[in-house]
Amino acid sequence: MQSGGSSGYNGTMLLSRIVRFYADGFRRMTLGRTLWCIILIKLFIMFAVLKVFFFPAYLQGDEQEKQQQVSAELTERIAP
Amino acid sequence: MEPIDSSLVDWSRAQFALTAMYHWLFVPLTLGLGVVMAIMETLYVRTGREFWKRTARFWMKLFGINFAMGVATGIILEFEFGTNWSNYSWFVGDIFGAPLAIEGILAFFMESTFIAVMYFGWNKVSKRAHLASTWLTIIGATLSAWWILVANAWMQHPVGMEFNPDTVRNEMVDFAAVAFSPVAVVKFCHTVTSSWVLGAVFVVGVSCWYLLRGQHREFALSSIRVAAWFGLAASLLTAHTGHLSGRDIALYQPMKLAAAEGLYAGGTEQGLVLGGILRPGADWTAGTDDERFLLKVELPYALSYLATHDLHGYVPGIRNLLEGGYKLPDGSVALSAEEMMKRGRVAIDALAVYRSTENPEEKAAALTTLRQNFPWFGYGYLKSPRELVPPVPLTFYSFRIMVMLGGYFIVLFAGLLLLGQRVTRWKPVQLAVVLTIPLAWLASQAGWVVAEVGRQPWSIQGLLPNVAAISRLDTGSVQTTFFIFLVLFTLLLVAELSIMGKAIATGPEPEST
Repeated sequence: MQSGGSSGYNGTMLLSRIVRFYADGFRRMTLGRTLWCIILIKLFIMFAVLKVFFFPAYLQGDEQEKQQQVSAELTERIAP
Repeated sequence: MEPIDSSLVDWSRAQFALTAMYHWLFVPLTLGLGVVMAIMETLYVRTGREFWKRTARFWMKLFGINFAMGVATGIILEFEFGTNWSNYSWFVGDIFGAPLAIEGILAFFMESTFIAVMYFGWNKVSKRAHLASTWLTIIGATLSAWWILVANAWMQHPVGMEFNPDTVRNEMVDFAAVAFSPVAVVKFCHTVTSSWVLGAVFVVGVSCWYLLRGQHREFALSSIRVAAWFGLAASLLTAHTGHLSGRDIALYQPMKLAAAEGLYAGGTEQGLVLGGILRPGADWTAGTDDERFLLKVELPYALSYLATHDLHGYVPGIRNLLEGGYKLPDGSVALSAEEMMKRGRVAIDALAVYRSTENPEEKAAALTTLRQNFPWFGYGYLKSPRELVPPVPLTFYSFRIMVMLGGYFIVLFAGLLLLGQRVTRWKPVQLAVVLTIPLAWLASQAGWVVAEVGRQPWSIQGLLPNVAAISRLDTGSVQTTFFIFLVLFTLLLVAELSIMGKAIATGPEPEST
């Protein structure tokens, strides 16, 4: 019991050290703040704008329907 | 069903090329600069000199800027797979999915874990633990590249799969054959070593810029020494892997080799074109064997040796590849393009029958026919043998740019090593090295142009041409996204260059007193 408790305590300590490590790192960033801003703006543009409005999945429906769509395209695009 | 408009194919290709080329501005610098900064940190750990720590930290800062700007630029390519290349995405099935999934996991877990220790861990973890994190960051990035290149290599030389007509997908039957195909291995080695060259050119270029301005002399000279040794070794490895790559192309994509060499009528004892000017407007898809060069300088026998490891080996030209009838390395006779197109149409018809009939005997017969003719499946979508010829001038000149610049980099690194500290007195050399920085990107992009333009019209070599791979979209919508990307990428590039420029102008941290 005691050793289980100790390992639980150690685990919490480790987690807390990792969180502090990251928090400290982010707090001390200088140029990194600008870079993170650019990354977040970029991800927003990609996932909230480009993916939603310009890049919908072309194949629709369940697996069976997608198979049918591709099969129809591949067999009907044969050269005359 | 309406036939696919050729302008849709062209715009889909242009859009993919734009995004891939933009993505590739960042990747090689990550791979190359990453190793240089890791070497410098290794020198710090080995010697204990603070100088090397400051040097490593400076290059790490530039690495971080490049890494941040490049993050997620590859994701757009995956959007395009689902929207613009839906038939292709479905057809490749788990062959493409598995390497990309492994790449995603590696990129996310390995890079994101160790890059955090690399940037946040100075003075918080031991020197050796920090050094290990730096190396593991770059190893993680390099392993990510491995899986992307495995996927690309499969498109150039599809192996280790079986086509399932029930799902209309290729299914992986031999993971090792896909992951370690000779094309994948050589492609990985050539791509990574050439990225090291680019990283080294960047370091010597920026260092020479400091020398030109009379700043950070010791830092610049030390950086040049490390990067020049690394760059020279990487350049020689790139030349060797390039030779191996040429051999693969001769075996698996002979049309690409013929286009890269401007070889219309092949034969034995073929010379390698060292440099030349193609006749403008020459028809590379048909016609007689008239000279298609205005000027060329050849290295006798070299192409035969490169392609067959025999000075007298036979190398087919474009005309031979279209007409067939020559002897292949395995002793069989090459089929003509017309014959391959006929077999492709038989395979596609068999797939249609297999999927439409309920009769078990007809289904079994269709399956047998499909399997027998599947190696030529993609040829059935082509209307004319001419479509099998890639754009020759673009492939030819891109190849020459890549090779000539590769040779120039060897001379550059060797020259810098010979000059040593004397480079501080040679302003024109310093200027030339600074001006070489963009040439490293030009060489790298030219290499990809050879690899990708040279394999047209294929999305997957022999199995799926672009005309069958793309989604049936409105051409206008593809044009719109192309221009959106152009604007977006230009803005991001300006932002990166500006941030990178400021960081370079600031220079390394001052020596602590």
